Order: sequence, then C-alpha cells, then structure tokens
Amino acid sequence: MTSAEVSAAAVSAGGTARPGETGPGGRGPAGTRRGRRPRLPPGALPYLLLAPAVVAELIVHVVPIAVGVWMSFKELTLFYIRDWSKAPGRGLGNYRVAVDADGAIGADLLRSFLVTLAVTLLAVALSWLFGTAAAILMQDRFRGRGPLRALFLVPYALPVYAAVMTWAFMFQRDNGLVNHLLADQLHLTGGDRPFWLIGGNSFWALVTVVVWRSWPFAFLVLTAGMQSISRDLYEASALDGAGVWRQIRHITLPALRPVNQVLVLVLFLWTFNDFNTPFVLFGKAAPDGGDLVSVHIYHASFVTWNFGTGSAMSVLLLLFLLLATAAYLFATSRRRPAHG
Amino acid sequence: MRPTPSRALAVLAAGLLATSAAGCGGGTTSGGGNGDPKTLTYWASNQGTDLAADRKVLDPELAKFEKQTGIKVKLEVVPWTDLLNRILAATTSGQGPDVLNIGNTWSASLQATGGLLPFDSAAMAEVGGARRFVPAALAAAGAKGRDPAAVPLYSLAYGLYYNKKMFADANLEPPGTWRELIDAGRELTKDGRYGIAIEGASIPENVHQAFTLGQMYGADFFTPDGRPQFATPQAVAAVKSYVDLLGKEKIAAPGNAEYSANQSLNDFATGKAAMLLWQATTSGLTNLGMKPGDWGVVPTPRPSPAPPGGRNITSMVAGINIAVFKSTGNREGALKFVKFMTGDEEQKILNRAYGSLPSVVSAQSDPAFDTADLKVFKRVLATSAAPLPQVPQESQFETAVGTAMKELFADAAAGRPITEAKVRERLAAAQQQMGG
Repeated sequence: MTSAEVSAAAVSAGGTARPGETGPGGRGPAGTRRGRRPRLPPGALPYLLLAPAVVAELIVHVVPIAVGVWMSFKELTLFYIRDWSKAPGRGLGNYRVAVDADGAIGADLLRSFLVTLAVTLLAVALSWLFGTAAAILMQDRFRGRGPLRALFLVPYALPVYAAVMTWAFMFQRDNGLVNHLLADQLHLTGGDRPFWLIGGNSFWALVTVVVWRSWPFAFLVLTAGMQSISRDLYEASALDGAGVWRQIRHITLPALRPVNQVLVLVLFLWTFNDFNTPFVLFGKAAPDGGDLVSVHIYHASFVTWNFGTGSAMSVLLLLFLLLATAAYLFATSRRRPAHG
Repeated sequence: MRPTPSRALAVLAAGLLATSAAGCGGGTTSGGGNGDPKTLTYWASNQGTDLAADRKVLDPELAKFEKQTGIKVKLEVVPWTDLLNRILAATTSGQGPDVLNIGNTWSASLQATGGLLPFDSAAMAEVGGARRFVPAALAAAGAKGRDPAAVPLYSLAYGLYYNKKMFADANLEPPGTWRELIDAGRELTKDGRYGIAIEGASIPENVHQAFTLGQMYGADFFTPDGRPQFATPQAVAAVKSYVDLLGKEKIAAPGNAEYSANQSLNDFATGKAAMLLWQATTSGLTNLGMKPGDWGVVPTPRPSPAPPGGRNITSMVAGINIAVFKSTGNREGALKFVKFMTGDEEQKILNRAYGSLPSVVSAQSDPAFDTADLKVFKRVLATSAAPLPQVPQESQFETAVGTAMKELFADAAAGRPITEAKVRERLAAAQQQMGG
C-alpha cells in the first residue's frame, strides 16, 4: 500500500522519480488506477472470490508449516515455551543433531527412519496385493458378493483406536489370542510364548496391524476402478484363448494403472506418517522394531520437551516425503507424455 | 496484472490478522485468568478410580469453599495421560487454569518454564506457612534453593505389599532385606505363581524403582550442578538388581516385561504373585477383590550389608502438588483456594477418600491415617523417603531411563542375559539422548 502511494505521489509530482522508485513491474499504473475507487481492477474479481479459500488454506496449512519451520531453527526447550518468541536461535544446530548419525539422537532417528521405510514398503506391498486379489475375486457376480464386500471393508470402517487396542490385547504374551492360536493350538512356536509388543517381533505385529487396516482401502479403490473395465474385453480375450492370468496381466492391470499410481502413493504416505497405530499399539515408548518416525518425533519433542529438535526432524521428514513423492510421480508418469 | 496480487495479499493479511485476533479473544473465555475475583478454574489430577469418582469427592468440598469465600470454582478433572500436555499447552498460550494439580516429580521442570507462581515467603504466608507441610513432601515442590513452584497436596510412598496367606502357607516372614525378598520369591515361585509382580513396560514405575534402589546403592542420576550421569557403577548395580528379579532370579513372570496398564496390581490381587512394590493404595486392591487384611506392607527391602555410599532410603516421595498458574487474574482467590485445600479439615477428608497421606503435619495424626498400612507409609515418608532429582531435566530423565529399563526387561524376558556391561550401555545411551 505504502509503496503504491509513494510511487503515485512520485508520478503526480512531475514524473521525475528515480528508476528505483517506479520500480520493477511498473507500479506507477497501479497508483493511477487506484484513483478511480468504485471500480475494481479487471483482474481482481477472481482473486477476491478465491480469497476466503486462500485465507482458510493459509490458516490451516501454510501458517502452521511456517511456524514449524521457524521452530526448527530455535532452541525451543521448556525454558522458553512460556514466551516462545524469545527462544534463542540455533541456526542449523537442531538439524545437525538430527542428522548426526554418530550421536544418540541422530542414530535413533536414522534407525527409526529405516524401520519406517521397511514397515511402509512391506505394508504397502501386502495391502496392494491383498486388495488387488480380493478385488479380482469379487469382480464376477456370485451369490453373497455384496455382504462379502461389506465384510472386507470392516477394518477400514472401524475407529482406529478401538481396532488397534483390540489388536494390542490380542498380541499380549500371556493372555493374547495370537499366542493362544500359535502356541497352544498350532504348536508352531516350539513351546515358547513369544512377545509381540516388545522386542524384535514388534515389527511384525505392527506390519500385521497396518496391513489389516489399509488393505480394505486398496480393495475399495480397485473395485471402483474395475467397474470401468468393459466386460467385452474379457469375453473377447477368452475367445482368443487367454486364461485368467493373461487376462489379469494384459487387461485388468493395464486398465488399473492410473488408479494404482494414486493408490500406491496414498498408501505410502499414510503408512509412512501413521502415528495412531504404533502409538496405540506400543504406547509412548515404542520398541525399536515398531518405532515409526512420527511416534519417534513425538517422543523427541513432546516427551522430552525439545520442540526445536522435534520440528527439525519433522521438516526433514517433510522434505523426504516431498522428494519421494516427486520422484515417484516423475517415474510413473514418464510413459504418459500427454499428461505433462 | 502485477498490482492485483499485492492488493489481494494485503486484503489477505488483514483478514488473517482479524481472524487470529478473534482467535485470541475467544481463548480467554475457556481458561481462567479472566480477572474475575469471584471465579476460579481448577484442574484436578485423576486420583480416584475414574474421573466421575473424583468429581464426587471434590464437588462437595468446592461447594464448601464457595460458601466460605463466595468464590465459585470451576472444576475439571484431567486424566494423567493428558495432564502434562495440557499444562504445557497452557504455559505456551498463557491461557490456563488458575489453580492446578501437578505430579510432584514435574515440579522442577514446570518451575523452569516460569509458568507457575513461585511460593515466595509472602505467598507461603498466605497459605499458612512452610512449616505446616511435611518436610520431605515440600522438598518435592521445586529445585533446591528456589522458592517452591507448588505446595504438596496428597502424599504417597512406596512399600512392599505381600500376600499374608501365601507367606503364612510357606511359613515365611515378610522380607527385611533384598536378599530375603529374593529367597522368599524363589520359594513362592511355583505352580504357575510367581514371587513378585513387576510393571516392566511402565516408564514411571521403572524410573521410580531405579531412583529408590539407586539411593540404596548411593547412585545420583544428576551431578550436583544438574548434569545427567546415568551410567555410574552405583546406578548400574541398582538397575541390574531390579531387572534381575525377572531375569537372573526368575521370581517374576516373563510376561511382566510388557505390563504397563497396572496388570501387576491385578496379578498381586488375584494371587498370581505374592509380592508387589507399589505406592500406597487400598481401593486399588479392594476393587480387584482383595479384602483389607489379606495383604501386609513393609518398607522396600534394602540390600544388606548396605553398599558403600548407600543411603537409608526406601521410597521416593510420591505425591501430588497444588500450584497456581502465574497468569491467573485472581492471585488472591487462588491462594485462598490453596490454603483451603491444604487446611487440616480438607486434608483429612480428601486423603481419606483417596487413600493417600496428608501432606501437612497436623492432619497426619488423625486416627483415620493410623491403619497398619498407612502407619508404615507415614514412617517411610518421615524417615526414609527422598524426592526425585528436582532438576529441570527431570521429565526427560524419567523418559530416557524408564525406556532403557523397559528395553532391558524385554531382553531379560526373551532369555538374554543381563550383564553389567549391557545395563551400562543402555544407561549411557539414555544419557546421550539428554544432550543436543
């Protein structure tokens, strides 16, 4: 506003303004246009209409992200949370601590990151596999298809806390259903009762719960995607002698390609950022095998009251996910130049 | 086209400011600190079996306070899982309650945030003077040498609960030393029962035991100038002796390593385990089917002979403190309320209801606190209890050491030997997490 007024004043004062003041992009015309108050500049209306949405977006997304990035450069410990604008700057100190794999904090973050990556890749692959298999099996009409489809969606529809707490009970060593089945009924564990919620097995417990929770989503999306594949293609290929596997490889999967592209990305991001599942399953201090990075960051910031380091870790996580998403989209969209 | 975006931005910025200003304005209605001398907001910690039970205990007392002073107290009972986060959020925003309960181990940490009103001599005089309070309990209200950040409200101590019938059947006396505890545990571990139940995945329980046993071995988890030192030989010995109950001595069930929801209390109450190291509780056991008299309490056994440098400590000073939020708009009313809650009469009523001990000396002599259990806890609190380190990093210490012990229990339960080197390594890693 002020600069516009200054430059307007400069224009009316005889146009001898120095080049710096008329400035880049010709602010002068803006000043003259502002003189006619009642009329909006021709291009303004769309921006005005968009403004409420942009304001909402700013408040909900951009401002918190900006605050988080700002915090990551500060020494925001319990000494400063009361007046956090006074927290001293730490420059890149928080980042240095977070990426220093020789220090305890950096080493733990790296370990947690690798665990998260392993859980995510495994869980996405299995969820996708189960979802695809179930969707293909449900493709043809048969008696009881509707109820079965509904049943498959139950894990997805259950509230996450209730579902994961039930799993936590089932994974208990002494009274849990899992050990009852594996050790008492099937005698698969050699008389031993393994722990699932502490120690190394926690990794598999977590993968199980995550897959159980996310495969119905894959199933739902793929079922929807399959609705658009024409039955004629299957019939024509059957006449040509194609078996089920050939049909899946050459008709179903290619037709689902755009759906799969989005599905895998969404599953990846959801699993990678999953906080509720490990938190409810293992509590505040997750065992190494189930220490997903979001719980780890919560631990690093809220439990130890070091919000600066926690923010730095979050920013690093954000950067990684941005890069991973960009690389993924680049790699998967390459074969469709029309898109770009 | 250039000027339009900048104009739009200006509109946006103005809108944003207006909204955020409105947001702040809205905040004041929810918190206290609105300067109204006739109301107070009180966050009570969850002491009873559930939040409704606490309301039932506190509501009549708050009505009494309103009758005496004309000040209406808005009560909110906050579950333990939320309490610290809520206090932190309130400290950050300045929009908090007027009076609140804190776990006494958080005192120095919260004191360091500067969010709580210091009880300097003037404030202390307004609530009746420092000499009213049990010294050990008042020592757990802030860092040494600074004005307390709170005053003690309910006091608790740890002791060893034992099942009288199981001990009588095996012809055993309640243990007086750590060795006797292990020997008794070995005899009682048979037929699917175990000598002792341990809350092995509970971070606070682990760290409380590490502290108490640490005192017996002469371990200090912080240097006198407040720097962490977790992996001292004394600390290693103390932590190892506790984990060994499950590992080497095998007098605790391996499954205890994943207990974190009071399952050990349940195991003790249902006769699956004969002993339990626990804070003073009555309702916790009667709710699970035990009758008073089924159990006995002795002070936590100490190693004998005492290790060099070991102290005569058998419990941490456990308990709840009451604090005033610094940004309260009603300092006078808040202090009146603190005085009311720590008065003799309320101390008797409230501590009797919760099964804890009064934190003021004059109320402790009430016959209600002369049961066999409470006599033991009273003596422990008066003669052999020490507060957890009152340093700002205390809450980080709890998390780091408690988690390290949870991992050690997991290893022990999986059958891996717990050596001194392993304990030292875990404790050293926990200490490293404090830096940065």
